[in-house]
Amino acid sequence: MRKWLAIIFLIVLGFFMAKITSSFPFGEEKWGVSRHYVDKGIEENRGSNLVTSIVVNYRGFDTLGEVTVLFLAATALAFLLSTCRCRRRYERREASLIVKTASETLYPLLILFGAYIFIHGHLTPGGGFQGGTVIASAVMLMLLAHFTFHPNHRALSTVEGLAGITFVLIGFAGLIWGGSFLANNIIPLGQWNRLFSAGVIPLIYVAVGFKVGSELSGLITDMIKTTKEE
Amino acid sequence: MILEYFMLFLLFLMLGLAIYAVETKDLLASVVAAGFVSLVASIVYLYLQAPDVAMTEAAIGAGLTTLIFIIAIRKTERYEK
Repeated sequence: MRKWLAIIFLIVLGFFMAKITSSFPFGEEKWGVSRHYVDKGIEENRGSNLVTSIVVNYRGFDTLGEVTVLFLAATALAFLLSTCRCRRRYERREASLIVKTASETLYPLLILFGAYIFIHGHLTPGGGFQGGTVIASAVMLMLLAHFTFHPNHRALSTVEGLAGITFVLIGFAGLIWGGSFLANNIIPLGQWNRLFSAGVIPLIYVAVGFKVGSELSGLITDMIKTTKEE
Repeated sequence: MILEYFMLFLLFLMLGLAIYAVETKDLLASVVAAGFVSLVASIVYLYLQAPDVAMTEAAIGAGLTTLIFIIAIRKTERYEK
C-alpha cells in the first residue's frame, strides 16, 4: 500500500516537473544577466573558461557559501566520530603487492593532476572543487592500499584554515581597493588565455583547491581510521 | 542522429542501473551500480557541452561517493537482510 502511494506520488511529481521544465527555453537566445555574461564575461575577467568566471567572480559569494557548507559538513562528521565510543586503529590486513605498487605509482601522478586541474581552472574545464576531489581520491587510494599510511592531521587542518582565510581576504581586498566584495580589479587582468591572467580568479581557485583537497582528505582519513570498539 | 540514439541508450542504461541499485540485496553491487549511474551521467553532461559538471560528476559521484560507501560497507555488512 505504502509502495503504491509512493509510486503514484512520484508519477504526479514527475508529471508536473516535466510540465514546468518543458516551458523553459533550452539553449535558445539568452537575455538579461546571462546575455551580459556571454557578451562581457571575457572582456571583464579575461578568463578563457567562462564557467569559472561566473562561478568564482560573478557568483563568488555563492561559492564562498558552498565552501562553508562543505566545511560545516566535515565539522559535523568529525564531531559525530568523536562522540561515539570509537578508537583509532592502525594495524590492518596488508593489501596485495600489485595494489600497493600501483597505488604508489599513481599517488604522485594523481596529486599532480589535481593540482593541474585547479591551477588551470580559469583556462580549461574544472577548478578548485574538481581538483581538490582528485587529490582527496589519491589520498584515499593510499589509505586503502597501505594501512601504515596516515596523513598529518594537524597539517591538513592548518592548510584548510589558511586556504579558507585566503579566499575571504581576497574578497575583502576587493571590497577595500576594488569597490565590491571579490571585485576583480585589484591586480592586473593580464592577457587572455595565458596562465597568469584573469586577475584574482586563479588565486581563489587555488585556495579552493587546497581547501577542498585537505578537507576531504582529513574527512576520509577520519572515516577509515576510526573503528567502533568491540 | 546516431549520437542521439546513443544518448537515448545511455539514459535507459542509467534508469536500468538505478533500478538495479535499489532492488539488489548485495550492497556492494548496488554501490558499484550507483557509481556507474554517475559515470554515465557524466558522459551525458559532456554531450550536453557541460565539461565542468561532467568532471565534478565523475570525480565526486563515480569516485569519492562510491569509495565512501565501500568504506561504510566494510565496516558494516555486505548483504541486505
